Parts: sequence; structure tokens; C-alpha cells
Amino acid sequence: MPVAASAVYFLNLRGDVLINRLYRDDVGGNMVDAFRTHIMQTKELGTCPVKQIGGCSFFYMRISNVYIVIVVSTNANVACAFKFVVEAVALFKSYFGGAFDEDAIRNNFVLIYELLDEIMDFGYPQNLSPEILKLYITQEGVRSPFSSKASERPVPNATLQVTGAVGWRREGLVYKKNEVFLDIVESVNLLMSSKGVVLRCDVTGKILMKCFLSGMPDLKLGLNDKIGLEKESQLKSRPTKSGKTIELDDVTFHQCVNLTRFNSEKTVSFVPPDGEFELMKYRITEGVNLPFKVLPTIKELGRTRMEVNVKVKSVFGAKMFALGVVVKIPVPKQTAKTSFTVTSGRAKYNAAIDCLVWKIRKFPGQTEPTLSAEIELISTMTEKKSWTRPPIQMEFQVPMFTASGLRVRFLKVWEKSGYNTVEWVRYITKAGSYEIRC
Amino acid sequence: MSRNDSKYFSTTKKGEIPELKEELNSQYKDKRKDAVKKVIAAMTVGKDVSSLFTDVVNCMQTENLELKKLVYLYLINYAKSQPDLAILAVNTFVKDSQDPNPLIRALAVRTMGCIRVDKITEYLCDPLQRCLKDDDPYVRKTAAICVAKLYDINAELVEDRGFLESLKDLISDNNPMVVANAVAALAEIQDNSTRPIFEITSHTLSKLLTALNECTEWGQVFILDALSRYKAADAREAENIVERVTPRLQHANCAVVLSAVKMILQQMELITSTDVVRNLCKKMAPPLVTLLSAEPEIQYVALRNINLIVQRRPTILAHEIKVFFCKYNDPIYVKMEKLEIMIKLASDRNIDQVLLEFKEYATEVDVDFVRKAVRAIGRCAIKLERAAERCISVLLELIKIKVNYVVQEAIIVIKDIFRRYPNTYESIIATLCESLDTLDEPEAKASMIWIIGEYAERIDNADELLESFLESFPEEPALVQLQLLTATVKLFLKKPTEGPQQMIQVVLNNATMETDNPDLRDRAYIYWRLLSTDPEAAKDVVLAEKPVITDDSNNLDPSLLDELLVNIATLSSVYHKPPEAFVTRTLASAQKTEDDDYPDGSESESSVNPANGPGSPPTSSYTIPASVAPASPPSAAAPVPDLLGDLMGMDNSSIVPLDQPAAPSGPPLPVVLPASTGQGLQISAQLTRRDGQVFYNMLFENNSQVPLDGFMIQFNKNTFGLAAAGALQVPQLQPGTSARTLLPMVMFQNMSQGPPSSVLQVALKNNQQPVWYFNDKILFQAFFTEDGRMERAAFLETWRSLPDSNEVSKDFPAIVIGGVDATVERLAASNIFFIAKRKNANQDVFYFSAKLPRGIPLLIELTTVVGNAGIKCAIKTPSPEMSTFIFEAIESLLRS
Repeated sequence: MPVAASAVYFLNLRGDVLINRLYRDDVGGNMVDAFRTHIMQTKELGTCPVKQIGGCSFFYMRISNVYIVIVVSTNANVACAFKFVVEAVALFKSYFGGAFDEDAIRNNFVLIYELLDEIMDFGYPQNLSPEILKLYITQEGVRSPFSSKASERPVPNATLQVTGAVGWRREGLVYKKNEVFLDIVESVNLLMSSKGVVLRCDVTGKILMKCFLSGMPDLKLGLNDKIGLEKESQLKSRPTKSGKTIELDDVTFHQCVNLTRFNSEKTVSFVPPDGEFELMKYRITEGVNLPFKVLPTIKELGRTRMEVNVKVKSVFGAKMFALGVVVKIPVPKQTAKTSFTVTSGRAKYNAAIDCLVWKIRKFPGQTEPTLSAEIELISTMTEKKSWTRPPIQMEFQVPMFTASGLRVRFLKVWEKSGYNTVEWVRYITKAGSYEIRC
Repeated sequence: MSRNDSKYFSTTKKGEIPELKEELNSQYKDKRKDAVKKVIAAMTVGKDVSSLFTDVVNCMQTENLELKKLVYLYLINYAKSQPDLAILAVNTFVKDSQDPNPLIRALAVRTMGCIRVDKITEYLCDPLQRCLKDDDPYVRKTAAICVAKLYDINAELVEDRGFLESLKDLISDNNPMVVANAVAALAEIQDNSTRPIFEITSHTLSKLLTALNECTEWGQVFILDALSRYKAADAREAENIVERVTPRLQHANCAVVLSAVKMILQQMELITSTDVVRNLCKKMAPPLVTLLSAEPEIQYVALRNINLIVQRRPTILAHEIKVFFCKYNDPIYVKMEKLEIMIKLASDRNIDQVLLEFKEYATEVDVDFVRKAVRAIGRCAIKLERAAERCISVLLELIKIKVNYVVQEAIIVIKDIFRRYPNTYESIIATLCESLDTLDEPEAKASMIWIIGEYAERIDNADELLESFLESFPEEPALVQLQLLTATVKLFLKKPTEGPQQMIQVVLNNATMETDNPDLRDRAYIYWRLLSTDPEAAKDVVLAEKPVITDDSNNLDPSLLDELLVNIATLSSVYHKPPEAFVTRTLASAQKTEDDDYPDGSESESSVNPANGPGSPPTSSYTIPASVAPASPPSAAAPVPDLLGDLMGMDNSSIVPLDQPAAPSGPPLPVVLPASTGQGLQISAQLTRRDGQVFYNMLFENNSQVPLDGFMIQFNKNTFGLAAAGALQVPQLQPGTSARTLLPMVMFQNMSQGPPSSVLQVALKNNQQPVWYFNDKILFQAFFTEDGRMERAAFLETWRSLPDSNEVSKDFPAIVIGGVDATVERLAASNIFFIAKRKNANQDVFYFSAKLPRGIPLLIELTTVVGNAGIKCAIKTPSPEMSTFIFEAIESLLRS
């Protein structure tokens, strides 16, 4: 059964009910007590997101300072349930203007009830597109795209749009200037051993799109990926142009993309929703260009002293630069005193996370700043266990750089009125979990 | 911009309810609306605002959609408690269902379906009929789901009014969302019905596969889930289906991907071409890997499913082991599952890399994770013969770090490795012996003792080592005592010198005289007799060759695996249990394993030792191998009614499945000894009946600061003569842990005289605390025996043969029989069997039979109007003195 929920609860960290909505009769109203006593108030909390108590099962997720709990008594579709929660939170955020926390929920509880009634029926998720829901679930405080034209309040064909074949775009949009913004955002995940061997490395990228297009446009996106290019040259019976091609390990698409067509023709064609959305996600493991190399040496000198040397090398083009670089170097809990020198940026000892935090705001390519630190430890007699060294972690953003080498080759827009479109493309690479063991 | 609704949560000093009442009846619209909001806010935080029912319903007739929705929300929550008043709302509902605005039409039907009051349901039929044929697809898609709601309340009504046919027509609707909801509704109705209602023909199949392309993401899930049970006629059809489903693997919604994987795996079973299969495996790998970049909760669901998938199709992810390497910041539940999959994917090709990872994990902070990592190394050694040596050297390196729990865990797995590769790696024993002093956990101690006993002839100072343990023999937990006993016997048989002879005398004395543990005592007696009558025979038995254990990492039974694969993406695939095991209509049969955090972890490890052969080492779960007689091979362990069998406690162990970590649970047990009274020891208990036997289902929770052990129980004389049929099996309880046990009970043992009473007085003691006394209420329903079903004729015969003086009756004024089938099922689960039903005027009369212990028949007659409160219950039985208890039992069964 694809049922996802019999009841949904929103609880704050104390376990107070903020929102409760029963969808089916098979779970009792007191189920939230069971959750509180058997999960929230025990050390179970956080050890497993799916838990059975008596005849019911609980799925829960924590989002900022709120727990969203789903209760079922049947063999429900768990994947569907969690995805529903994720999407619902995204929907609420888009209604509340970004924040989703206890205060936002209390301040909008009537709206939340109204939305919960709309997005799930008898435990079956229904349409959750913010774009469409904002057509007919509007509250005074919430600005819908048309609230400027207040007279038009009940949108006459809202229901047709909810259920329409293009359930994510409304008709009759008009823009003076037709524009599309493409953001290619890549996260590099790296796990490197202390000896400098790459244990795992991959890039998860997403293409974010912001559309301000009139009418019902058909879009087609071309990338420099291998399969797409090969297929294209096959169809047009001309050889592939030279240049770098990328092998995508996997791609997933927003529901607007025609998957059958992608499967047969390898082209990404779609009718986009209005405004901002995530068009596709991809994953690449081969041929990743790592933007940074980290070379740590950590020496424990006796029981009370440590010497830390970290060199970070940027390996992208010299004309480019990275922003917001943070290197977190773990130190033992019993650190008493630290002194360090850096050749660039600033460093600080942060006792709350037991790390030396080294920040470099602007980090040009082909440079290699270093940090050297001396650390004094409080000698403890009882310390039985040797220090388990957590990995060094890095954060960064490199604009106009893609670790995968992915490029947008073209974005074609067709609309029956035949207007011209302006397309903007940006690239950025961020650190995902960028870990170097030491 | 956000609104400020939080003001509605604030309360005033004056009585809240009267104030709200006043505001609800205000003449100003805005004030009424605010009042309804306050009511909803109060409802949310759990205050009872049902007394405002009439006032809220009066606000229902409004043009304001927001207000209307709030009133409807209120109705959904409280209509059931005020069925008579709910009828007030019907008119508005019916009117709304004809509103020109489709949003309101749909809202009315959607809400009516959620109000489970019979009278309202009747009025729902006409609007529903209209809405199923509505021009607006939004109304139709809402009506489709409403049919499923109605079926849940009143299945007959749905069938009589032909809603099923209308629903089937909607499958051909031109709107994909209507189709998807109709499919979801039909699939659910089919799930709850035994008749074929929604049969998927090849025609519907192809129609639905076409609809897939246009559906919303959720609609795709409904359709894929409904179609996953379709059995293709031949390989060709299967290939066709797969081809049309494969594009879904690229969907961004994880639920769509998993449902597509489920369907493809199902159809793959039929596909014979190896090329096609290989190709499909290749296509499924990337989407499965991508699921691991989702939210951790979704990752967890994906990992549990991948665990199943790699058991059936190991090739899919054979080359992807790296993606399962743990990230430092992964939540613990993700790490644990990744580890499990890494073990499954470990092969000769990648083992070096995997071992490096495991070694890294073994130095992390989380103790449970570290332990599991160490154990994983051992499991790889058992699985991959060629890598065993490398695994052992990693374990030895870890032992040298001297972190206490790492060492103990390593010793436990090394014991398993010794059993897998006998006479190969004994050279490392010396290293192990160095860590002897640090062992403080029973399992590790027992493992070490087993190793010493097993290899006594190669360890020069084996007798000294064992002797060092013997000093504390009486204080050791049972697990260790049993191993010490066996190991000493082995030592004596291998080195029959003076030292061991003295030791064995001490151990046997201790184990027979000084202990309360029957397992230990019985095992000691067996050894004693064997040694004194025929030492050669003792040698044959105790030193017999042990069966070699095998790898267990593919540990699910194939038929169970099949069932779980059909259930991919559902709870069943997350729990790794078939749906029946946790989905229950009757609470009585609910089951779960106590340690189900990582269910397969502990279960699988215990299966490392499939046969507890003679003097076998302690298994890695908390099993007490003593329940298998050391003297008889496992195959002969069937209950033999001779002295030996009795002595070994065989008849108990054949009743109580001691070696199953799965203790039954079901609804939480009532607390009989609260922690405040028990100095931190809390006991919850209840009588239950399972497999034809009465058990005392007990849960011990140790909230005190000290470990508790040596639990014993005693029952005072009682009306039914209940007494324990075996010893109480509770392992040592560490502070903060709990244990569950099923204590088998017998009846008519120590009957008390005097007036019948359902009080059960229990005394419980342990080695650390004073004796605790507590009272429990005997649940009479545990006594109804399984053979209570009667033929109609026999029923009538018995009814007639009993004199009227044996008939007693009682009224249950507050109880309603809602669904007849559900009630019959529930009673049957407690061994009260349905005989017949007849109509008497407007009342329904039901007959049931049951049997009390000693074969005393019990005949029951229930008279009621289905759906209305009030039941008259009459019983006839040869022992009417039990009637109070019987009524109590029936009442509580009907109520639940």
C-alpha cells in the first residue's frame, strides 16, 4: 500500500504538540504520548528514524527545532512518507518565506492545517507543488504571486491546474522580459586517508533554474555529457565535436522532465515550472578535479604537547579564487593553550567543537598557505583511551569552477509566440563532506 | 511575511470554555473566526473542546472558505464523540457538495469521508455518487479516495451502491491524477478484501503504464506499487514492462525510484536472457547509489532496502563498495547499515580496502559502532577464507591498542574464527592471553574461557589460567559459569593430572550445591555422571568434533527474502519482517523483537554458531547453550520423557524457545512494580497465551545504579492455581538496560481456597535487592484454550444439555460493536469462536463458543444492535462460578 501516514504530528523539542492531523482512524489520538515516552525521553532518540511501538510504527525527522512525526499501523511506504515530509517542509518554507521552526509553525498554524488538508488525503500524498497551491490557498499574510491583483482572488481554473497534465505550471503567464537563469552547483565529497590516498571522491551536482518565461514554453537543455553527445552525433550522423566530455554516473530529474524521452533520445526536455526549481541532480565519480589538496602533519610530542602543520594547496587556475574557505583541524579535548602562525587568513581555537578553525576569505588559485601551531595539553592521569583523531574538514566555494568539468552547451526555448529569451549561466563548486583523515 | 497566529494559543484567566462559547456566538464575523481559531489551537494542544460542538457547527454556514475549513477540521476530530450532534452538519455538507466552486465541492466530500459516524455515512452516498461523475477532475480525484474511506467504514454499503464499478471506470479517466487516486483506492480496497475486486489484466497494465508518464510523482508511486504485484505471463511481457518502467529510475523522488526498482526486480525473476538481466542490474546501480545523497532518514530506508537487494542480486552493487564507506558525520543508524552492507559486498578483490576502513572505524568514538566494526572484521574472516589471515592480523593490531571494549569484542570474534578454521591460527592464543585481566564482560570472558578449554593441551599454563577464573565462580553470570564448567571438564579430560582433578571437584561442587541455576546444575550433574561412570564416553561426548560454522552474512531465508522484495520501500523492507509480523488488527498477536534497533545485527551473529554442539562456545547473542543437553547431539534433543530429559529441563526448553532473542511484545505491558517502589527496578507484566500455553510476559527494566542478577519468582496461592512451570530466565541486567522474558505457567498447582479472586500475588527477588511483592490482575482471556471451536450441532446440544441455572447474563451498556468481522476476528484471536448469527427483530444475536482449561465448555450469546451502544451478554457453562471473570474478559475483548 502506498499509504504514507495515518497521522502527522509536529512537536517541539520538549514534546509539546504544535500541529496534529489525523488522516486515518487506525491509530489512536494518544499515539503522540507513546512517541514521547518511548522515543523522545529515552536515549533511543536519534538512534533510528523508524521505530515500532506496540502496534504502531513511527517515522520521525528533526527539522531545526521541530520534530515531524508520522504514525502508521499498516505496512506503509516509508520512502514515500519521508519524501512527503521533506517536500512538505519545502512547501511550508516557501509559504513562510524561508524559516521553518517552532515560531513559524505557531504563527501560521491555521495555514498549516489548511495545507495539510490539501497535500494529503487519507494518507495518500497529493499535489505538493508550491507553485500551484499558492493559486488557491492564500492567506492574508502570505503573498501569492498575484496577490497584487487582489480582485482576482478565487482563481477560476485553479482546480484544473492542480490536476492538469502540467501540474506544476499555470497558464497565462506573461513576462515583459523573458529570462532564464541557470546555476550549476556542485558539491565535492572527498575522503582522503592520512597518507594522501583518495578513498572516496565524488561530485553531486544540481542544476537550479529560475524561469521568467511567458506562456507554455518547451525547453531543451544540452550538456557536455558523453552519452548525450554520442546520441546526438548518432542522430545527426556527424562526428562528435572535440572537447571534454563528462561521464555522468547517474541523473535524476524534476518531475517536469519527460523521462521516457530522456531514455530514448538522451535529451533533457521539459516544460518548466514558473520561478525557481531544481531541474536535475547528477553524480560523477570519474575524473573529478579536486580544487584543494591538504597536507597535514600532526606530531604528538609526549603527553602534553602537539605540533600541527597543515598546508592547503589550491589546484585550480591562477586567475580564479575560492571564497569562504574554512579548514577545521581537530585537536584533543584537553587542549589548554594554542599558539599558531598562518601565512594567510586567520586562525582561532574553538573549544566548543575542539578544533582549530582557520578561515581564508579569498583564496587565489595555485597558492599554498600554511598553518603551523603548537598545542599544549592538560596532562590527565585518567585518560585511558588514546585520542581518536577525527578527520580535518574543509568548507569552500569556488565560483566559475566545476569539479566535474560539466558545461552547459545550449538551452533552447520554444514557445508558440516565438519570443526571444535571455539565458544566464553560472557555475559554482562547494565542499560537500570534504574530509582528510590525519 | 508571516502571520501572528500564536496569540490564539495564549489563555485567559477567566474560564476558557465559556468565554469561547460567547465569542463563537458573537454577531461579528471576525470575532467568530478568531474564536474558531482559538478552538483549533486548544484542540491542538490536547484540551478537550468537544463541549463547544454545537457552537462551532453553527459557524459552518459561511462564505469564508478559511473559516469553513477550520470548522471542518474541528468536525473531523470531534464528530465521533458527538454522533447525535454531528447530524446537524449534514445539511451544510450536502449543500456544499453542490456548490458551484469545485474546491468547496471537493472539500465537502473529502471531509464527510473522514467523519466516521454511521448516520453521516448514509448521507454521504448521494453526494459521492455525484462527485465521482463531476466535470471537474479535482472533485473526481477527491471522490476516488473517498470511496476508499467509505469502504473502511462500511464495505457493504460501497458494494451495494455500486461505487466499486464507478471507481473502476475512473481508471480510464482522461485525467492522470484521477487515475492515480482511483488506483490507490482500489489497491487499498483489494488489500482489505478477500474477494477479487481489482484484478490487473494486461489491458489495465498497459493503460496504467501509459498514465505513468503524465502522473504527478506521488501518482507514479501509487501506480507502480499497485502494478508490482502483477505477474507477467512470460519473459517477453516482463521485458516489455521493465522497458517502460526503467525511465522512472531517473526520477528525483526517492519513492518513485524505489517503487520502480521493486517492480523491475519482480519482473526480472521471469526474464531468462542473461544479457537483459545484466543490463538491468547495470541500470539499477546508479539510482540506488544516488539515494545515498538524500536526507539521512531516506538514506536509512534506502540502505535497509539495498541490504535486501544485494542478497538477491549481489552483482548490482559489487563494484560500488566505496560509496558505503562511512562519513565521519553520518548519523549512527546510517553508519551501522553501511557497515552491514560493506560486509555483504566484501570480496577477495576489495578486502584490503575494506579492512583499512574497518580499522579506521574501530578507533572512532561511538562504542556501539566500534564494536560492530570489530565484529565486521571477524565476519569477513569467516566469509572469505583467503582473507582470514589478514583479518586476524588487523584484529591483533587492534588488540594491541588496548582499548578495553575493542579487545573484548575482538576476542569474541576470534573465538568464532577458531571455530571456522580449526587448527589454523592457534599461534595467536598467547597474544590473547595477555589481555586476560582486562576482560570484564560476560560474553568476552566466556569466549576466552572457551578458547582456553578447547586448546588446553596447547596452552602450557591452561590450568593456572582457568584457576584464576574459578576464584570468582559463584559471582560470575550464568554464561561464564557454564563455560567455566565445560572448559574445566575439557581440561581434565585432556590433562587428567592432579591439578585439574582438584579443580573439577571444586567446580562440580560449586555448580551442583551452591547455585540456583537449574541449567548449570543439570549440566554439572551430567558431566559428573559421565565422568564417574565412563570417562572414555565422556571424552567422546565432550571432546567430539564440532560442526564447522559458516558465513552468515546472507542470512535471510530465501522465501522471506522473496516476500520482503515484494515489499520494497515499505515498512516491511525496513524491519526485514513480513507485514503480518507487525501489522495487526488484533493486538494479541503483535510481535516484535526486543532489540530491534539493528534487528539483523544480533540475530545474524547468533547464527554464527548454528549448532550448539558438545561444549560449544557461548554464542554471540545472549543465548544460554545449556538448554541443549551436552550429552545428546542436537538432533536427538527432542523431548525424551526419561530421567535425563527431566534432569536437563528438556520439557521446559521445548516449550520456551530460549534461544530466540525475539521476545513477544505487543502493546506495552502494564507496570506492576514501578521503579519508585522497586529501588530502580521496574517490572511490567501480564498473562498472555501463546501457542497453546499460558505465559507470564514480563519486562524488567533496571533503572538503578547496579547490575541486577539472580532473579527468582514465586506466585502465591491463587484461585486458578497458577504457578511457574520453569525457572525465570533473566540475564544479568546492567544499569539502564531491560530484558523481556516469557515465563511458562501451569494451572491448578497451588489453588487457594476461599472466594474466587482475580488477584495474582507475586514475589520476586534478586541477588542485590530485598524481595519485592506485587499484585497483578489475572487476565482471564489467557485461559481460553485453542480447541474451543464447536460445530453448530454440538453447540446446540451442549446448550440444551446444560440446566438453565447455569445461564448467567450481564449488560455492557457502553460498548459498541462497530464492524462485525473485526469483532469476530478479534474474539477468535483470543480463542472465542464464532458459531452463528441471527436477527431478532432489529437486534443481532451472535453465538460464540470457547473452552476453559480442563475442557470445560463455555457458550456465549451476544445481543446487540450493530453500531449502537449496549450489548447483552449471556453465558452458559458448567462452571458458572467463573462468570464474573468471564464477563470481565469478554468485556475487555469487546472494548479493545
